[in-house]
Amino acid sequence: MSHATTNKTTAAADHPAPEVDRRPLAKRRRNRILLQVGCILITLFMALPIYLIALSATSSRAALQEFPLSFIPNNFSLETMETFLQSTGILGGLINSVQVGIFTLVLSLIIGVPAGYAVARFAFPGRDPYQLFLLFTRALPIVVLSVPLAQLFLQTGLYDSVLAVVLLHTALALPTTILITSSVFLGVPRDVEEAARIFGCSPVQAFLKVVMPMAIPGIAAASIFTFVMSWNEVLGASILTLNQRTLPAQVLSSLAESPLAYRFAGGFLLVIPALIFIFFMRRYLTNMWGSTIR
Amino acid sequence: MADISIKGLKKTYPGSTELATNNVSLDVAEGEFMVLLGPSGCGKTTLLRMVAGLDFPDEGSISIGGRDVTYLPPQDRNLSMVFQSYAVFPHRKVRTNIAFGLVMKKVPREELEKKVAWAADLLQLTPYLDRYPAQLSGGQRQRVAVARAIVMDADVLLMDEPLSNLDALLRLDFRAELKKIVQQLGSTTLYVTHDQVEAMSLSDRVAVMKKGQIAQLGHPITVYEEPADRFVGGFIGSPPMNFLEGRVTQQGALEVAGQSTEAPEFLARSAARSGGLPVMVGIRAENIYLEDRGTPGTLDATVEVVEPLGHATLLTVDLGGQTIKVQVASTVRVSSGEKVGLRFDQAAIRFFDTETQLGLTA
Repeated sequence: MSHATTNKTTAAADHPAPEVDRRPLAKRRRNRILLQVGCILITLFMALPIYLIALSATSSRAALQEFPLSFIPNNFSLETMETFLQSTGILGGLINSVQVGIFTLVLSLIIGVPAGYAVARFAFPGRDPYQLFLLFTRALPIVVLSVPLAQLFLQTGLYDSVLAVVLLHTALALPTTILITSSVFLGVPRDVEEAARIFGCSPVQAFLKVVMPMAIPGIAAASIFTFVMSWNEVLGASILTLNQRTLPAQVLSSLAESPLAYRFAGGFLLVIPALIFIFFMRRYLTNMWGSTIR
Repeated sequence: MADISIKGLKKTYPGSTELATNNVSLDVAEGEFMVLLGPSGCGKTTLLRMVAGLDFPDEGSISIGGRDVTYLPPQDRNLSMVFQSYAVFPHRKVRTNIAFGLVMKKVPREELEKKVAWAADLLQLTPYLDRYPAQLSGGQRQRVAVARAIVMDADVLLMDEPLSNLDALLRLDFRAELKKIVQQLGSTTLYVTHDQVEAMSLSDRVAVMKKGQIAQLGHPITVYEEPADRFVGGFIGSPPMNFLEGRVTQQGALEVAGQSTEAPEFLARSAARSGGLPVMVGIRAENIYLEDRGTPGTLDATVEVVEPLGHATLLTVDLGGQTIKVQVASTVRVSSGEKVGLRFDQAAIRFFDTETQLGLTA
């Protein structure tokens, strides 16, 4: 007993300050580095193909045949893009695609935002089945939707028009638009809306002046979803059009029998507008008034 | 400025069987500061929302300045409101927040700017006019909400627990400031709170609500000193009023905790007629005095807990099996377990019916 106590006192005298265990800190640092490496790898995984496509699309035809391929754009030429843009139906397809994308966006927001608001704010009978039913459109394969639609559009004369594709894409985009905006509207406090009413707004004015602006991030997210979906959707667009093809439908129809350069140029042109759109909408995603995130 | 007249308001929320307000009638005079006070779920906020037009009553009527507004939408009532959660618009700068109501009313630009500057000055917001609400503290945001409400020159100013989201020290400061501002404006004010200190300090009159009805309406001091029933006495005051079971004997003595003192005339008379009368004795902690055990006219009691509060000392005392609170000056030295005598301030004792819980008066 006495032996143990003396041992302890001497030990305490040898180490007046207790040793600090720094291992948790090192672990933290290691985890942070691993996280960074992970982020870089994922970014490369996404960005590298885009870079390679862009590189090929802006190189001369001859450069594409070189071996090994150069990773640096030293053969810059617009030749490939020019030939591609001059091919039949490409420019028309591009215009159609932009039209379809924009009209789909506008239409799905006009219908989807009020619907999202209603789902978020009002307890109406059948709200839950309605929300479930919304997802039902997405549960059906696009082919299953498109074929009857094609028949309907043939009868009504809508077939092979921009409007036909817009209607299909709007139907496809609405569920996500409604669900995304409703979750954002849920986050807009009722008080703020009521304050707008007290200070002179009609219900519609309160929605437009106060609730909508506060829901901008959600509307931006829904817009990106909708536009990119519409831009990339190819199956329905192919079935519903013949001459008024959207760009992906046009590229797809001629992909098999086209040269390598054409494919790269097509891929590049398909990627760029979606990227530009996301780039511009991105700032609204994190729109926090007065906070520093931008 | 205008008076508010509320008549027979009944409201049941969908999906609920209980009446949120049960036949409430209330008149608020022009320029009066009326506080609706009550525990949560008593219907005070519902009543305010119906005056605001955010909810509609099932029955009854509301008129402001003699104009029936019962089913008018809020924007047609010419009132303004301060919300508990501030409810400032996060996407607008302080300046446009304050000006919001004026812009909606299409007030000329020059007048609008003058009013915003006036309100910002009054609430010390001038340096923050070009900031977003997210860049302000909670207290400053509440100031924005108040500024937004007072620039309106509305008939009626409604406030829904405007101080409850502020921390204690800020609340104390802002309470006095709010009172000053409202006095300057002279507007008719309906103010909802569950904080009895706020109610006491701000109001011209206070309406204590319970289960959708007004339990007592009156001057704050009257409500404090002469609660109409046991609920009001127990709700107002910190600590709440003490209630003791007692009995007035046929001979006119008041028996409390097995000891007897003299009963007041009016109770003695009715007890003499009925042959003894059980009563609930109500007395506030500050109206009980500590004496030496055995002094004539005192009740024997034992101190259980001593809580020094700084400005006073709060004692928890056992009086013949019933626990009561006694507040004594902080200079009084007592320790727990001490046997003491309690003397009640006879003028401050209130009596309540044991069945109806209503106050008994002469």
